[in-house]
Amino acid sequence: MQRIDEQTFAQVELLAKLSLSKEEKCYAMAEMEKLLTYMDELQELDTEEVDAMVHVLPQVNIFREDVVTNTDGRAMLMKNAPKSKEEQLVVPKTIQS
Amino acid sequence: MNKTVLEMSALELGKSLRQGAIGVEEATGIYINRIREIEPRLHAFLHMDEDKVYTRVREVEEGIANGKYTGALAGVPVAIKDNICTKGLRTTCGSKMLEDFIPGYQAEVINRLEAAGMIVLGKTNMDEFAMGSTTETSAFGVTRNPWNEEYVPGGSSGGSCVAVASGEAPLALGSDTGGSIRQPASHCGVVGLKPTYGRVSRYGLVAYASSMDQIGPIGRNVADCKALYEVIAGYDVKDSTSYMEAALKQESVGCEKKALRIAVPKNYLYSPSKADTARADGEVSAAIEQAAKLFEQNGAKVDYISMPMTEYAAQAYYVIACAEASSNLARFDGVKYGYRSREAQNLHEMYRRSRTEGFGAEVKKRILVGAYALSEGYYDAYYLKALKAKALIKAEFDKVFEEYDCILAPVAPTTAPRLGESLIEPLKMYQGDAYTVAVNLAGLPAISVPCALSEKGLPIGLQLIANSFEEEKLFAVAAEYEALRGVMPTAMEQKGRC
Amino acid sequence: MTTQYETVIGLEVHVELATRTKIFCGCSTQFGAPANANTCPVCTGMPGTLPVLNRQVVEYALALGLSMSCKVNQYCCFDRKNYFYPDNPQNYQISQLYLPICHDGEVEIETAKGKKLIRIHEMHMEEDAGKLMHDESNDTSLVDYNRSGVPLLEIVSEPDFCSAQEVIAYLEKLKMLCQYLGISDCKLQEGSMRADVNLSVRPVGSDVLGTRTEMKNLASFKAITKAIEVESRRQIALLEVGETVVQETRRWDENKEQSFTMRSKEDAKDYRYFPDPDLQPIMISDDWLARVESEKPEFQPQKQLRFQEQYKLSAYDAALLTQSRHMAELYEQTVALSGNPKKTANWFMGECMRLLKEKGMDAEQLKFTPKHLAALIIALDKGEINQEIAKTVFERIFEDDIEPLAYMKEHNLLMISDTGAIEAAVDEVLIENTKVVEEYRSGKEKVLGFLVGQVMKKTKGKASPGMVTELLKAKL
Repeated sequence: MQRIDEQTFAQVELLAKLSLSKEEKCYAMAEMEKLLTYMDELQELDTEEVDAMVHVLPQVNIFREDVVTNTDGRAMLMKNAPKSKEEQLVVPKTIQS
Repeated sequence: MNKTVLEMSALELGKSLRQGAIGVEEATGIYINRIREIEPRLHAFLHMDEDKVYTRVREVEEGIANGKYTGALAGVPVAIKDNICTKGLRTTCGSKMLEDFIPGYQAEVINRLEAAGMIVLGKTNMDEFAMGSTTETSAFGVTRNPWNEEYVPGGSSGGSCVAVASGEAPLALGSDTGGSIRQPASHCGVVGLKPTYGRVSRYGLVAYASSMDQIGPIGRNVADCKALYEVIAGYDVKDSTSYMEAALKQESVGCEKKALRIAVPKNYLYSPSKADTARADGEVSAAIEQAAKLFEQNGAKVDYISMPMTEYAAQAYYVIACAEASSNLARFDGVKYGYRSREAQNLHEMYRRSRTEGFGAEVKKRILVGAYALSEGYYDAYYLKALKAKALIKAEFDKVFEEYDCILAPVAPTTAPRLGESLIEPLKMYQGDAYTVAVNLAGLPAISVPCALSEKGLPIGLQLIANSFEEEKLFAVAAEYEALRGVMPTAMEQKGRC
Repeated sequence: MTTQYETVIGLEVHVELATRTKIFCGCSTQFGAPANANTCPVCTGMPGTLPVLNRQVVEYALALGLSMSCKVNQYCCFDRKNYFYPDNPQNYQISQLYLPICHDGEVEIETAKGKKLIRIHEMHMEEDAGKLMHDESNDTSLVDYNRSGVPLLEIVSEPDFCSAQEVIAYLEKLKMLCQYLGISDCKLQEGSMRADVNLSVRPVGSDVLGTRTEMKNLASFKAITKAIEVESRRQIALLEVGETVVQETRRWDENKEQSFTMRSKEDAKDYRYFPDPDLQPIMISDDWLARVESEKPEFQPQKQLRFQEQYKLSAYDAALLTQSRHMAELYEQTVALSGNPKKTANWFMGECMRLLKEKGMDAEQLKFTPKHLAALIIALDKGEINQEIAKTVFERIFEDDIEPLAYMKEHNLLMISDTGAIEAAVDEVLIENTKVVEEYRSGKEKVLGFLVGQVMKKTKGKASPGMVTELLKAKL
């Protein structure tokens, strides 16, 4: 069974916001196929009666109180910003007219 | 005291510094010289800011003198894996994506090291975003095994383990999502602990798989490792998954009074063929049996048991880790920080180019697999199924701990592979993570302790696993083993390096 | 015969909560700060940072959920919704999909056609995104994360609406609930309440739902009404010529009164929701629920009916007074002190609302002490001041919450109760207006009004007109 065909790969690339070169893609598709085949061994497990386990820690209700603790964060944000203007990050325009 | 600074354990060094037998600047200087000497061969470090180190040295000298720093590790230098954020010091995660990233905040563990008067030496090499078991996926070159430079140090905390093994640092912090502390510790002949999930704050640790990531200590012996653990462990309000317990349990575990009960999973041992990497090879298996015998001879009750569910651990682990990674690494997009492709004409092209150019092959592969495992139509078959396998694995551990104090197991199926060998067959590498990843899935504490040298002269480590929040017991058992085992050769003694 | 169509609408409403801090970090939610000033490593998605849940968000969610008769998932969790967009710093939104905090509720609305129950499918907690400003000069967008991480409740209704009137009645109702609970100011214009309209059409009588579209960017009731009308027409027109409606998200352009598709080929439409491993589950105990239930306020329709009954107000007056819980409470406290429900109501609906409107304020911003208004009403009642002066004094109460009696004394605004002083003024007026006096005495009694006016002028309005008239008559 082939899990990763061209179309599936393109869709996953879209989700992951990646666009691999031809060579990279060849390698990635084959590797994904192998890894997914390995993962499919999980299907051997009978999990009919098993609840999915998200959290291993036995604790609930971890809250903070509604108190302002932070101060102006502009400098910290701008320091690593690849492109900025007037204390805002700059990205290629987001709305197509 | 005849030992040189480099020969001293971290605790011995701490004591000498507190007593004033050695100055903080002198000791730090010795380590910095050692780093200068070793780095060209091993490349354990990615960056170090000497001015910063010496500024800190003066602070600590003063702190020790005026009683601000009184802890056992005050004045002791420590190396930090480069996925732990350090304020004002580059934090790259071994990735081109974060090549120039200088955080304006830092990890809670760094706050705690500073409060204990420790000195951050520099940042160590790692597999890119902690994805790898060899430290070869780093964007900034490989790190070599100090026992034999043709071999990998293991990973992903390869840099930290090499730094400690080669005497570049007395202590280091690593992170362990699927064995990334224990496995390189085993390959480098040092002691490394993966604490219980929730024991150490993850705040400031760049996330790979949030449900399993845990920062842990690496040292040359169990006592050093424990001392560093005590500095970093404890509840942190900034991490919702940090365990809220009033104080760390300090009660000692009565190994003497009640016979220690140890379980050895027999299905981890003796691979029938070289191709079957889900079991340890003969050499490693024999070393584990030898250790088991040693425990038994000293009054422990040892049983060989079967843990069939853990044979699905690596499969479940890679589903969950890749799924979480695909989401955790979405934030690296060229907008806020990190690498941004200059070529892009529009927003989505910018995303795609920045990420494709900024991430390495292994990271991209795992992100793609993770996106697939979470996508419509596959969520139940992969992600949900893996969460159920996780429940089964946790239940299997729970059952073992009803009868046993701890589990003795191999860390890795073989000793360190040769450079370049693993990445040809990544699947084999993933399968080799079986005994470490099960522990991360179940959130348990586990420690890797050197137990033998292979025929090739490479270290073999054993793994001790305890129930959640039983680090004290784990350290006690590990220390007992260390004493029974006796002195082992160290990497520093190899080829007259020291 | 042409087919008759009906419109079927469901709503997804986002309500921005009025917490002091964001949902997962200690940044202020204050509106109007300089771009990116209200940010920290957590709400800008810095690597290694972690979310910690604001307890108040859960409190508010429960309060609204219970007020909509929802069932509560006493064990609930957060999930990640994965999609790339620059206003979303982590490129995933922390939301709730698998176990939302509330589900299966209902809200009663009333339109000209009568009362109707709108079913609530579910309500969940999530974080807001930042804001994007489009820089037309160079084809870029600017990102401001001040709003990133502001807590939201998303209320998803069943497709139970069939007109814009119903939609608006529902939004008004939600707004009332939120304002009464004090959890949000629900301003569409400022974006603290946002409604996305899911709309489909089908032939009348059909029980199958048509393909729906989701309309975004509706910033006013007017826009909502117009968008519903335009989108229904657009879908019917498509069906009429045998085409199909595409399931998609559309963006309303208020100026053009048209909507545009937001589809793009980069839109993956697969959010890959999964439980957020960074946040621990929430366990809501029975006691917790009982406490929130017991703290529920008396809401508008009940309060209005009680006001009509208890204070003998008209339905119209009672409705006006109970528009805002804060104003209703101020009213009741004032009545308790003034003892005069009708006159107190007149002050609130007259001067008070006039000033609110004039100053562009909300009833929520009223800050005067009921005791002060009550004192003013009593003084007026006793004839200690006149209506005109009372209005000026009220303005001072409204603005600075002054104590009226002290203020009136200080500014010499009280009525002259000293008969001597008024008599003196009367005498002066009689001397100064001998001609008019003659006219009066010759039977032209109408001129009395003029003389009263003159005395009032002399006393700067502080004499009681009744007393002046009496004195004048006596002297004449």
